[in-house]
Amino acid sequence: MGTARRGPPFPWLKPGVFVGALAPLATVASRAARGSLGADPIAEVLNQLGLAALVFLVASLACTPLKTIAGWTWPIRIRKELGLFAFFYALLHVSTYSVLDQSFNLRAIFADVVKRKFIFFGFAAFVLLIPLAATSTRAAVKRLGFVRWKRIHRLAYVAASLGAFHFIWRVKKDLREPLIYATVLSCLLLVRLVVYARERLARRATAAAPTRTGAA
Amino acid sequence: MKPDLGKLPEASEITPEALYLRRREFIKNSLLFAGTATGVGAGLLGLMGRGRRTPPGDAAAVAPASSSPPLTVAVQSPYSTAEPRTSYADATTYNNFYEFGTEKSDPARGAHALRPRPWTLTIEGEVNRPQVVDIDRLLGGFPIEERVYRMRCVEAWSMVLPWLGLPLGDLLRRAEPTARAKYVAFRSLLDIEQMPAQKRRVLDWPYAEGLRIDEAMHPLAILAVGLYGKPLPNQNGAPLRLVVPWKYGFKGIKSIVSIRLTETQPATSWNDSAPNEYGFYANVNPSVDHPRWSQASERRIGELSRRATLPFNGYAEQVAGLYAGMDLRRFF
Repeated sequence: MGTARRGPPFPWLKPGVFVGALAPLATVASRAARGSLGADPIAEVLNQLGLAALVFLVASLACTPLKTIAGWTWPIRIRKELGLFAFFYALLHVSTYSVLDQSFNLRAIFADVVKRKFIFFGFAAFVLLIPLAATSTRAAVKRLGFVRWKRIHRLAYVAASLGAFHFIWRVKKDLREPLIYATVLSCLLLVRLVVYARERLARRATAAAPTRTGAA
Repeated sequence: MKPDLGKLPEASEITPEALYLRRREFIKNSLLFAGTATGVGAGLLGLMGRGRRTPPGDAAAVAPASSSPPLTVAVQSPYSTAEPRTSYADATTYNNFYEFGTEKSDPARGAHALRPRPWTLTIEGEVNRPQVVDIDRLLGGFPIEERVYRMRCVEAWSMVLPWLGLPLGDLLRRAEPTARAKYVAFRSLLDIEQMPAQKRRVLDWPYAEGLRIDEAMHPLAILAVGLYGKPLPNQNGAPLRLVVPWKYGFKGIKSIVSIRLTETQPATSWNDSAPNEYGFYANVNPSVDHPRWSQASERRIGELSRRATLPFNGYAEQVAGLYAGMDLRRFF
């Protein structure tokens, strides 16, 4: 093992995030074991897992804007982990809904998904996360080519927006909490749009000049 | 094996110099790892737990039932169900009482601010004998009955609760409704000091509910003053609340200060706030879905699998006649 070869910078970052990211699951599990999930434990588990999925999804989308605005590069290093944790919690959330809440009654689940806007949005968000999780490896980036891979992974924004609406429509009256997530998400999207608009303007400016590079 | 103290350590046991020098870095990295894990974990749990602390221990200790007189049950009712009752702890810690906050655990934590005594009830409007009456004087005039009813929330969960109370019709008859009394309008307390969450206009306070007069006169409709043989805990709507078991739970207005008989259909809180989601009638009906979720099934608190929801919450035999000829999809 290692002579003086220095490891990657922040060797503690990924393991630390990984362990911390398991806290919501550990808490739900320990509350379940102690029977302290409240009067409607299934609803509580559903809410906790769903919220965790949304938090991770929003966090994964914050990485690039943080680099744009603050110049931080370390969030990019954990973006993949954040995205995969979003998928992990979404998977647990959907499993809890189908197995514990609906007792795997496929007809009832199907009816729920097609008839209820809020469940449809949540389900669509989950479905969109599947290809993203499946193409999260370095090999997948290579196979698809970076440009195509990046285009596919923009679906994360669609999934997060669907997730935010899923949350908003689920709530009966007090919209404060879902609106916090919707607002953060909108800000993150806005940063990207501003960057995109600037790049386009810059490109148009260079397009006026005879040498055209880039898009091919 | 015993270490041989006289011998020099073998070469392989000597810490390589590079590692020795990296010890500091190792410790630093370990601390940063622990810090990151703790920070991420704590941040997540903070977001997960926003305003959702489960109430501490015994709910009765959180919101004592004040100095109300003890209740003696004079009448057992044939209207009671024999189904297993929801636990007292669940019934008193899982409440929708938005005057104390929108989380189910908020009322058990915050309802101690409510003072259910002294309390006056006003009976007014289309009655020959309008009155402003102290609640204890009012209760003295009626035998208290126990009614074990199913309670179905519009959010698709249900409980079985042993209420103590009096038939609403008996109270109304004593005030002598006039011929023009077609509806009964109920109003909750409006008092930001006792009900702090009224600071936020989640609903248009005070909470208001209403019934058609024939619904109000139906023997199943009661005004509850107790639960599980004790005076009503504050979080369950002390000192006086409406219980109409064939309707969704939100019709059961809590902490009532006024009952007004009216000629026209009164405005009701949830109907005002989202008319397409909550109707005036709000009869439990598995075939009319809430626009955002199914009403076909429900989860009985304390059970894990869902059960089918029954028309009129299982009280169709008694109350379906009230709605003969009405299109219940339109008048939901």
